[in-house]
Amino acid sequence: MSNVTVRDLWMEYPNQVVLERVNLEIPSGEFCALVGPSGCGKTTFLRLLLGEERPTRGRILLDGEPLVAEPGPDRGVVFQRYSVFPHLTVLENVILGREFQQSRFLGRLFGARRRAALEEARGVLEAVGLGNHLGKYPAELSGGMQQRLAIAQALILKPKILLLDEPFGALDPGTKAQMYELLLRLWSEEKMTVFMVTHDLKEGFTLATRVLAFDKVRVDPTDPGAYGARITYDLPLTLKKAAMGALAPVG
Amino acid sequence: MRRIINRRPGRGGALFWGALPFLVACAGYGVASALRLAENPNDKLLPPLSAMVAAVARVAFTPDARTGDYLMWADTLASLHRLGLGLGVATALALVIGIGMGLIPYVRAGLSPFVAMLSMVPPMAVLPVLFIVFGLDELSKVVLIVVGVAPFLVRDLAMRTVEMPREQLIKAQTLGANTWQIVLRVVLPQMLPRLADALRLSLGPAWLFLISAEAIAATEGLGYRIFLVRRYMAMDVILPYVAWITLLAFASDLLLRWFNARCFPWLRAGKASP
Repeated sequence: MSNVTVRDLWMEYPNQVVLERVNLEIPSGEFCALVGPSGCGKTTFLRLLLGEERPTRGRILLDGEPLVAEPGPDRGVVFQRYSVFPHLTVLENVILGREFQQSRFLGRLFGARRRAALEEARGVLEAVGLGNHLGKYPAELSGGMQQRLAIAQALILKPKILLLDEPFGALDPGTKAQMYELLLRLWSEEKMTVFMVTHDLKEGFTLATRVLAFDKVRVDPTDPGAYGARITYDLPLTLKKAAMGALAPVG
Repeated sequence: MRRIINRRPGRGGALFWGALPFLVACAGYGVASALRLAENPNDKLLPPLSAMVAAVARVAFTPDARTGDYLMWADTLASLHRLGLGLGVATALALVIGIGMGLIPYVRAGLSPFVAMLSMVPPMAVLPVLFIVFGLDELSKVVLIVVGVAPFLVRDLAMRTVEMPREQLIKAQTLGANTWQIVLRVVLPQMLPRLADALRLSLGPAWLFLISAEAIAATEGLGYRIFLVRRYMAMDVILPYVAWITLLAFASDLLLRWFNARCFPWLRAGKASP
């Protein structure tokens, strides 16, 4: 279970209100796309969910409990860049989560437990299509492969929530299509709640079961920072299957 | 005619152009030395190669009449011992304080103004203080190297640590890492090659401080010997010593570079990517 509830959330920086009065109720297993113009607080909202920042006012509840105000293993994340560790091979990147979890002091596994972790990691990497690149360093992978690795790395701890910050922003259209397929498959297998920031509306509508549009309702032309963004549209895409069926022949 | 920025020497060409300045310098010395010696066979300023070889044979391969030591090796050992100890302590300090300052906001808040100020103290100006406090023997020389090099290493490492993409630290936390695990598995492995590079850059200053300290108060060491024989204008000893010191410094630089290439294969992987 991973219900996310947002109550009366405000996020203010000095001289700037970023988010105002955000209220949300996201049931477990939803795939939310956060869309909107640049600078309207989508990424800030993701960072709040991540626990990287604290809201000025209001609360975020995860399954009814207040969210821990720092990043933790219940929330996996994939950024647009720098999500993987350049000094570890593909396989080492993926077992890292298990190593952190099982070896509190050394952060390293040995012997049978390492072999078990490696076996598990191989399975996850096979699932994201990186089975033939286990010994490579991230710098030797293409952009799309690096993002696959980042996803595999995040998935090994089976997070309740997966947060994606424009994960496919730097990829070419062909690679993007493959990544959509992969992401939808993993999402339905793992039954996690996904939040994805994207500035590509089509991407949002293709993937999500629910699209949240962020925008400023009020704008003061003399003081652009006076008012923050709200969720202006909250579209549950219940007819997604049908919509996807309609889209498929077109594109 | 292609632009000069697009014209590259081949393998042999690079070797030739690289060797040229060395050959020119050697030839220049040979000619100048021959000219002076033709005028005055007892000239001590630019001794011929034969005199230098004889001097090296005397200090490196004949036991000293008074102590029975091979002077050049004893000097080398003494100097390298001080240098190694000084650089070792400075490196350890840099690792602990530098990564602490770079990663932990409270450590940064507490130490960064102090370290910034400390690094501006000219080390040679505090040398008298070191001599007074630590005495004239080994300790003061080692401390001078530490005082001279550590602030640079600490600040460099702190800056490199701060520059790490925040995404990596967040990612590690979402994988359940505690602070110690982040240091051990994420920060330290990525900072070690940076530290080795910073250490390479500080080899020059380290030798400078070592030789200065030895020149002022020591009973053995490469710097001590140079300044001792200066009294007799023994250029035939000084020049080979300088060449030897240069060679040692160059070798340690090479060793650190090799260490980086050998122990951190992912650095090279990064450069090979488009």
